[in-house]
Amino acid sequence: MKRRSILAGPYILWIIGFTVIPLFFLVKYALTDRNGLFTLENIFAMFEPVHLKALVFSTEVAVLCTAICIVLSYPLVLSLKRLGLDKQSFSLYMLILPMWINFILRLLAWQMILSNNGILNYFLTSIGLRPLAIANSRTAIMIGIVYDYLPYMVLAIYNAVAEINEDIIEAARDLGAGGFLVFFRIILPLSVPGLLSGIVMVFVPSMTSFVTANILGGGKEQLIGNVIEEEFMTTMNWNLGSGLSLILMVFVLISMTFTARNESYEKESKIW
Amino acid sequence: MGRLKGAVLLTAGLAAMLLLGGCGGEKESLTVINYGMYLEESVIEGFENETGIEIKYEEAPTPEEMYTKYKSGAIEYDLLCTSEYMLQKLMDEGELVKVDFKQMEHYDNISEEFWDFVRSFDPENAYVMPYFWGTVGLLYDSEKTNGPLHSWDVLFDGSYAGDFIMPNSMRDAYMIALKYLGYSLNTTDEKELREAQELLLTQKPDVSAYLVDEARDEVLAGNAAIAAVYSGEAYYAYAEDPRFQYCIPDEGSNLWIDCFAVTKQCRNTENALKFLDYLCREDNARMNYDYVKYASPFKSMIESYGEEEKNSDAINPSPEKINNCEIFAPLPQETTDLMGELWKELKAQ
Repeated sequence: MKRRSILAGPYILWIIGFTVIPLFFLVKYALTDRNGLFTLENIFAMFEPVHLKALVFSTEVAVLCTAICIVLSYPLVLSLKRLGLDKQSFSLYMLILPMWINFILRLLAWQMILSNNGILNYFLTSIGLRPLAIANSRTAIMIGIVYDYLPYMVLAIYNAVAEINEDIIEAARDLGAGGFLVFFRIILPLSVPGLLSGIVMVFVPSMTSFVTANILGGGKEQLIGNVIEEEFMTTMNWNLGSGLSLILMVFVLISMTFTARNESYEKESKIW
Repeated sequence: MGRLKGAVLLTAGLAAMLLLGGCGGEKESLTVINYGMYLEESVIEGFENETGIEIKYEEAPTPEEMYTKYKSGAIEYDLLCTSEYMLQKLMDEGELVKVDFKQMEHYDNISEEFWDFVRSFDPENAYVMPYFWGTVGLLYDSEKTNGPLHSWDVLFDGSYAGDFIMPNSMRDAYMIALKYLGYSLNTTDEKELREAQELLLTQKPDVSAYLVDEARDEVLAGNAAIAAVYSGEAYYAYAEDPRFQYCIPDEGSNLWIDCFAVTKQCRNTENALKFLDYLCREDNARMNYDYVKYASPFKSMIESYGEEEKNSDAINPSPEKINNCEIFAPLPQETTDLMGELWKELKAQ
């Protein structure tokens, strides 16, 4: 026990340096105005139409992207489950491989694929279809987010599904359940813990991302993260930026407790 | 519980090591901040090799972001290069220090005309050294437009909907709208700014993207037909392929000059001057010009311009065109705040 607390030193340093101190500054900026006087204005600023709109838009994007990730992940995980062990690890490896490349580079690649005169449109026109105008749009941002966070969802669900006892599934089949029924009555309920941690790992970063919107949105679509970034970088209103960040953080925390509450009595197969 | 103290001590020890580690090595260095792609890398290397002074080089895409980076105080910059209105703001705030540019060996290589130009905000020529200058205008792919362009109206009449790029830089975006409406780009009149806002809001659905550094490449790649860009970007595109043309619209535009200045954080003014002097030297001015392709204030460069450069609105605009342009002045805080609000509203639309 004694030795353990020494080993925790670096972790404590980390937490103090990169969570506690920054958070302290964030709160301090959020609760003061430019002259350093106490104010709640920066907190309530979230309810101004401009900010509210960006928040709603971000939530929409995050919810939709999370849903798309879930829908894409289950079939992938179920087909993975059927593969032999070596093929399984190879497939997972292939899924993780792109994550070794810096994600900004990957977004820049998407920019080239989706641009008006890009690879996708070249392909479409060469097979006689009309080019699509998805560059610099909501769709482009969502493609980027889904692409970025899909592996997290797949891994989380995969972890949960891999733990499901094969006997239960077989028993269900013996009793006459079809694939559809097995999925909805057994696999889905038993993978809920993984699903929930997957949701958190996809929802939170997509809610707060701004780089994706910068690169794939062409500066036309503002997520709440972009609004905050502009407050810090362009308008230099750190107080307002901090106020908005704080509210965003609370908003994210609330949506997380929503999933954590369901989780507490479940068996742990979450990976965060 | 007593062991927690151990952990805290260890933590403190690690922190101290980190802090001390940052102070090691007394090699002379200069920290420079500049716009993106605005200085040839080998010029930096050359300077380091000749003088042994290390250059720590930072970049920012817009004057506003540079100001924020500078003001945040996280890094102490010795030298910065930015646009005239931001330099004025920094001067007014007492952030820049006076230096004697005449000490520089290559002082004479900067054309008198440009020392004159910056005297409008630096009357004694004591704070800023001209580096590049230019205008804002339309870069267009002449194979995609109906003939040559001469007005901002192509950005507002819907004729190129979805096929043009606006600047993702607050003042430049409002400059275009204000000039199109016939107002001064330095207006502090709320009514005029709101009118500009209306125009930009109506325009937004037609805008392909708001970009700064990538705008030129998007036009080169064929992703957009027109982009509002800084003149040098246009000359670069023209040098790639002459079908990429540039125009300074008849309604007028922004005339700007980017200069280097020494900040009050500078630890060694002499070294800072050495670096500036190095930039003024003929060979380095040439290397930077070849890389950046913006109009140069250096005599050696101006004298070496070929026919193409002399005839280009991007490098050598005619006096009539220039007379039509205005220089940005720093705006009062209320106007900056209002513009910031409007800009946010525009981007969130």
